[in-house]
Amino acid sequence: MSLFKGRDMISLRDMDVDDLWTIVRTAGEVKAGKHQDCLKNRTIASLFFEPSTRTRLSFESAVVKSGGSVFGFADPGSSSQKKGESFSDSIRTVTGYCDAMVIRHPVEGAARLASEVATVPVINAGDGANQHPTQTFLDLFTIHEEFGRLKDLRIGIMGDLKYGRTVHSLTHAMAMFGAEMVFISPPSLKMPATILSELTEKGISYRTADTPEDAADMKLDILYVTRIQKERFGDPQEYKNVAHGYRINNETIAALGEQVRVMHPLPRVDEIAEEVDATPNAIYFTQAHNGVPTRQALLGLVTGGIV
Amino acid sequence: MERAYKVYAINNGTVIDHIPTPLALKVVEILGLGNKGIFTIGVGFQSKRLPGGKDILKIENRILLESETDTIALIAPDATINIIKDGKVSEKRIISVPETIYGVMQCPNPNCATNKLGAHRHFKLEDKQEMTYRCEYCERVTEIIPENLTAPE
Repeated sequence: MSLFKGRDMISLRDMDVDDLWTIVRTAGEVKAGKHQDCLKNRTIASLFFEPSTRTRLSFESAVVKSGGSVFGFADPGSSSQKKGESFSDSIRTVTGYCDAMVIRHPVEGAARLASEVATVPVINAGDGANQHPTQTFLDLFTIHEEFGRLKDLRIGIMGDLKYGRTVHSLTHAMAMFGAEMVFISPPSLKMPATILSELTEKGISYRTADTPEDAADMKLDILYVTRIQKERFGDPQEYKNVAHGYRINNETIAALGEQVRVMHPLPRVDEIAEEVDATPNAIYFTQAHNGVPTRQALLGLVTGGIV
Repeated sequence: MERAYKVYAINNGTVIDHIPTPLALKVVEILGLGNKGIFTIGVGFQSKRLPGGKDILKIENRILLESETDTIALIAPDATINIIKDGKVSEKRIISVPETIYGVMQCPNPNCATNKLGAHRHFKLEDKQEMTYRCEYCERVTEIIPENLTAPE
């Protein structure tokens, strides 16, 4: 575990199965009440160069719950970049104020660049359309908590598979655990060919489907739903037609079977009907709440508060 | 009248042959030769290997590093490279596509940190057969296209 101390968390591509296990296991320990003071006397910078609600609040909650202190900004308007300071200079300065920094930035690769100039660990809280590794960590933790394992799972990943960074990272991670996957999307938002060919190279079995019901025969363990964004469609009517077919309700759950657990990175718009919330199949709010122990574990590991 | 020579012979330096026409100027650009020293270029010679014609580049008094000659493989994988010393070929260098590319390739993703935040361009080889590279920053996979290759940063 000590391998984590001082380490940056930028991309799933930098991680192996053991790393993911360490994070999942440690998050479980935190949730069970261990490591509660893992950030005592530690200061974490929370630098959000683009607005975010869930990720920022969940990181800040994680710091406070672990006995640390947090400072930073919630939108770029409050940073000195507005005065013309370069991004690298901002990071070089803040690195002297904290024990680790959490960065969200709209530019892809910003967190990697920050990790090169910072002398403290950098955690990527989302860089444009590229990576959002802590979302994947909390997804894996939630899956492990629900099923008691990460191997031998059947997962359906649904929604905007073309542009969604969350689904790309999750696919990458689930492939590391040998999951059986089905990709459910409208034709215009299919999983990129580069990702599919990576799966083939790794010998991962997958298929594609137009609707979740098409995958009913797989007896899915997980249906991971993501939002289809309106702005991806030129024609509002086309969006309406497509989005309607990707709405999960109790009928969909009945078709997929009692065993299926529904996950979503949130925020949802109307892709999951509210009636699903009350079913034992819905675990998306637990998933969101799991962001806190997962981020506590991660911050504790990289700052050396958990060894 | 028969031409005495296609491009002047050099006594010392590097000769790059079998560059597909008209990419010799691109090779000059990515090597950052600019106005540094003497080089001669021949463009559009007939070639059995290259049906579209070949270019030749002779760089005087400079032995290119292997990291430089490997960069040439990005646009001219069949190029032949001879190192000349005292008027004789002292080394026939085999080139292979580089595992990493620094500086000379611009990431085609306009929202990449290399284009927006001043990060130094850096790619790693993703697939040798397909000749694709992954940007170290935005992680996007890109094919090599000569238009994206520029003078070194």
